[in-house]
Amino acid sequence: MSDFDSEIVAFDNVGLRYGTEGEVLRDVSFTLYPGSFYFLTGASGAGKTSLLKLLYLAQRPSRGAIRMFGADVITLPRARLPAFRRRLGVVFQDFRLVSHLSAFDNVALPLRVSGVPESDIAKPVADMLDWVGLSHRHEARPATLSGGEQQRVAIARAVIGRPDMLIADEPTGNVDPEMALKLLRLFEALNRLGTTVVVATHDVHLLKKVPDSLIMRLDKGQLSDPTGALRYPPRAAHRERPAS
Amino acid sequence: MTRTSALNRAVVRGLSPFGGDRAARLVPQARLAGPMPWVIAIMVALTVVAAAGGLALQNMVEAARAELSGGATVQVIEAFPAAREEQARAVETALAADPAVASYRRVPEAELDALLEPWLGVGSADATVPVPALIDVRLRGAADRAAIDRLQTRLLDVAPDARVDAQSGWLQPVFGAITSLQWLAIALVVLLALTSAAAVWLAARSALGSNRNTIEIVHLLGGTDGQIARIFQRSVGYDAALGGAVGLAIGIAGVVVLGRQFAALASGMVAGGGLTLPDWLTLAAIPVAGVAIAVITARLTVLAAVRRML
Repeated sequence: MSDFDSEIVAFDNVGLRYGTEGEVLRDVSFTLYPGSFYFLTGASGAGKTSLLKLLYLAQRPSRGAIRMFGADVITLPRARLPAFRRRLGVVFQDFRLVSHLSAFDNVALPLRVSGVPESDIAKPVADMLDWVGLSHRHEARPATLSGGEQQRVAIARAVIGRPDMLIADEPTGNVDPEMALKLLRLFEALNRLGTTVVVATHDVHLLKKVPDSLIMRLDKGQLSDPTGALRYPPRAAHRERPAS
Repeated sequence: MTRTSALNRAVVRGLSPFGGDRAARLVPQARLAGPMPWVIAIMVALTVVAAAGGLALQNMVEAARAELSGGATVQVIEAFPAAREEQARAVETALAADPAVASYRRVPEAELDALLEPWLGVGSADATVPVPALIDVRLRGAADRAAIDRLQTRLLDVAPDARVDAQSGWLQPVFGAITSLQWLAIALVVLLALTSAAAVWLAARSALGSNRNTIEIVHLLGGTDGQIARIFQRSVGYDAALGGAVGLAIGIAGVVVLGRQFAALASGMVAGGGLTLPDWLTLAAIPVAGVAIAVITARLTVLAAVRRML
């Protein structure tokens, strides 16, 4: 167990295999702290999406221990997991929008799931759609939106609830550079408000645009952390970042 | 404005977090375009007819039992008319003195002849066949085994050829057959309820399959099993309510038509088989029970499915 009681996520020797295949993740250990910004990189098939699935509690590891928000989520009763998921915002690689709901209702979904009164939903959703440049498409169904527009709806849905941790799988893959930068600024703004951000990306140019970010590199299922900064980050660094 | 709009908001919002129309809209609504309401309608209609049949039989048996409960028949079985008449009068005298007897009536010979005419022909009964003297007795209490035995013993002294029978005993085989029919009706109702539950189970599984993506999204956004189940419960509940209303209308129409057909028979026993107000209310409750079965089945099906997710 980490000596930092403020850790948001801690993986300890985590392994993951699907069925009888070999492990897609091996001996993965790292700690994420509140208010930090992480990029997860690696080649295709390196295990980025599998690692994210463990992070957003869609999958149990085959071995190892995972602590999240101070609780052991491996042994936690299943009924308590939804409360943890509500503290996460997830941008899926394939967007995963509800096809027969409008852009507005898709973005409003996390708030409704959390039981936010209907009267408190309209304005933040409208503001969020406006921020991602889709206020004019609020009634559009996902099928009528372009790939980039769907991605922006997915991002708006992920951040609308001001999550404690934002997990984004290739969030800028389908948008133009200008929109990619804009979305990155949104993530940074959230990060400054204390949200821990984990962005999986192939785009190396993106890494340079967030100077204080930490980089997690996956290579054939193993996390490379040559400096130990992920597992044992400088105490001052992670404590001071949220206030900066 | 305020009350109506508050009510509308409650309907839209639902009575629990993430309930109501907003949640139900996560599942595309087919309503009458889908098979579910029609399956429920057929099941409810058949259940209403089966239950009405069972209730009518119950009423028929109860009416007959009530009518015959204190009834007994004294037969004086004596071949010689003079001796038969003497014993019959002695029986009448004994019955008149018995405090347990509320009333009695000697069945006139003309009435007996009329009863036997279909089998023996006109005027042949008195000449060739010794017809027993019959006395219809009403006891103050039930004509149970003890009362019949006591009466038999009392009459033996004055009329050794008298035989006492409880009137309900003659109809015992009929009651037995009707009771079997009642059990059959109950079994039909139970089978139809199980079939309805099975139909809902299949429909819910099908809906789960076609909405798996939506369920996974709600699940990953922190939706609880209960919230996900409510989405489907509401949808299935609407379908079941629609189907139940249609099925009730069809079933009641069938019961009314059948009731008229049986009423036209003008048979004494069938006349006691009419439905009372509580019976009609019971029939009206069948679609409500159908909705409850459908909603509970949908909930259990969905919960069983989502529990397989982490």
